[in-house]
Amino acid sequence: MNWYGIAAIWRFEMGRFLRSILQSIVSPVVATALYFVVFGAAIGSRMPEIESVDYGAFIVPGLIMLTVLQQSVQNAGFGIYFPKFIGTIYEVLSAPISSLEIVIGYVGAAATKSMLIGLIILVTSLFFVEFSIVHPVLMLAFLVLTSVSFSLLGFILGIWARNFEQLNLVPLLVVTPLVFLGGSFYSISMLPPFWQNVSLLNPVLYLVSGFRWSFFGTADVPVVASLAAIFVFAGLCLGIVWWIFRTGFRLKS
Amino acid sequence: MPSIVKVEDLRKTYDNGLEALKGITLDIEEGEILALLGPNGAGKTTLISTICGITRPTSGRISVGGHDVQSEWRETRKLIGLVPQEINLEPFELVKNTLRFSRGLFGKPRNDALVDGVLKDLALYDRRGSRTSELSGGMRRRVLIAKALAHEPRVLFLDEPTAGVDVELRRDMWALAERLRADGVTIILTTHYIEEAEAIADRVGVINSGELLLVEKKSALMQRLGRKEIRIKLTEPVEAIPDVLAEYDLVRSEDGGSLTYAYKTTGERTGITRLLTAVQSAGLTLSDIQTRQSSLEEIFVRLVREDVA
Ligand SMILES: Nc1ncnc2c1ncn2[C@@H]1O[C@H](COP(=O)(O)OP(=O)(O)OP(=O)(O)O)[C@@H](O)[C@H]1O
Ligand SMILES: [Mg+2]
Repeated sequence: MNWYGIAAIWRFEMGRFLRSILQSIVSPVVATALYFVVFGAAIGSRMPEIESVDYGAFIVPGLIMLTVLQQSVQNAGFGIYFPKFIGTIYEVLSAPISSLEIVIGYVGAAATKSMLIGLIILVTSLFFVEFSIVHPVLMLAFLVLTSVSFSLLGFILGIWARNFEQLNLVPLLVVTPLVFLGGSFYSISMLPPFWQNVSLLNPVLYLVSGFRWSFFGTADVPVVASLAAIFVFAGLCLGIVWWIFRTGFRLKS
Repeated sequence: MPSIVKVEDLRKTYDNGLEALKGITLDIEEGEILALLGPNGAGKTTLISTICGITRPTSGRISVGGHDVQSEWRETRKLIGLVPQEINLEPFELVKNTLRFSRGLFGKPRNDALVDGVLKDLALYDRRGSRTSELSGGMRRRVLIAKALAHEPRVLFLDEPTAGVDVELRRDMWALAERLRADGVTIILTTHYIEEAEAIADRVGVINSGELLLVEKKSALMQRLGRKEIRIKLTEPVEAIPDVLAEYDLVRSEDGGSLTYAYKTTGERTGITRLLTAVQSAGLTLSDIQTRQSSLEEIFVRLVREDVA
């Protein structure tokens, strides 16, 4: 294994994050605060408890998931798209570093960033609502798995994208709606039966549900289903990444 | 000298059907400086990219340091440093960090002393704390070279290293190439400047439309294809070339003040002595004699033209 190579990529990507540290941290914190003002205070005060969880607390896992998913896809996508775009990718492609190591470096860095941001949001939310985490270790495990698998998705996106529009389109048109419709801010039991069934097709629902279960011990779908979903998703992404490097898709001619 | 890079019948057809390399076979000797000359689109960059693993070969074999570039890529890539033709640099990164990145990427532990040394060698040490976007074009090109040297390659590919570089800097780079060769680094450079090949190369290869027309020692090439000319200046102009000199195919200058004689340097006899005796017996007096050797540029232009014909 080329550990120095992995570390070099990881450090380089983290450097990008640290250069814009203020923006990287301030914007999720501000966004979180806004969500709490709007959903928690304004709307939440009129909302009943959901499954005996106060609404303000109920939305915390969803909120973290929303940001973690967006950040993972965006950071990982940009991380690999940018060197491709400006041409510095030549160096990575000509270095004695395997595709697996390249993925560990880029995806690892993107996942690290989104986990950090997720934890920052968690801490921020403690200023607005009171709650305790039932399964903290599993909560962290969900956070890691989600960050990694969606960073993989972002990585694929970054390699696939031919321009910045394409790079931004998927997070905007696919990821964000899926998160909003995935029960981030409500329990799907509040939906009519038909839409409940439609929601079950949404992979993000399983993530949010499992993540919320680690907080409060209640879930829309069984935890096992959540874990299965996340592993299937990560496996799928890994498969695509493997295919990309095997065929040189949009990386090598 | 053993060869460090071996290319055998290498072909590359791009996805759009363009055949960029049409069966290149080339041995590069350890420790030499090889200059690849060729017009735009000849396939120089494609050849280099394929050896470095950025472009996939369609067929053929390449080995570096005795290792196959496809099956033992980790070994071959460790040996290679690549300076691309385009200036590609992460704009917001500091100069010294980009060097550290390159070193790490190639699997080498951090070594600040070495990185500083490379920066000094390329006169970039004072700018080590600058962002690459704040540098001039020539400086950025040097950063690219520094990045390639930061991981101590045994074989260095320089794809048009002196494009857009001023004269002084070009000489500095030639000096750097000499120093690297003294350390045993093999250098392959592509260039459009014949004077560059003439100045630093041990061997010269000429590529045109995906074919390697020749690879030869620079001196041998100049000798084989080189022609020399003697220009004889006369004290008194002549109206016409005297009959006794007819067999020499002399060219009379417009004012009749000089006669030019062309000969091949490789010929058994150049005929100079006979000519000069003949000139004397024709009653002409010489005021000066100049000789001129055809440059690589002329050789190159002739080769490429013959190839097209
Ligand atoms: N990615 C690519 N896809 C398709 N064709 C390509 C690609 N890259 C290069 N070519 C073509 O291959 C041929 C050789 O290109 P190459 O860049 O190797 O030439 P070169 O000798 O380096 O030229 P220059 O002196 O202009 O740098 C050209 O006809 C070029 O158009
Ligand atoms: Mg080129």
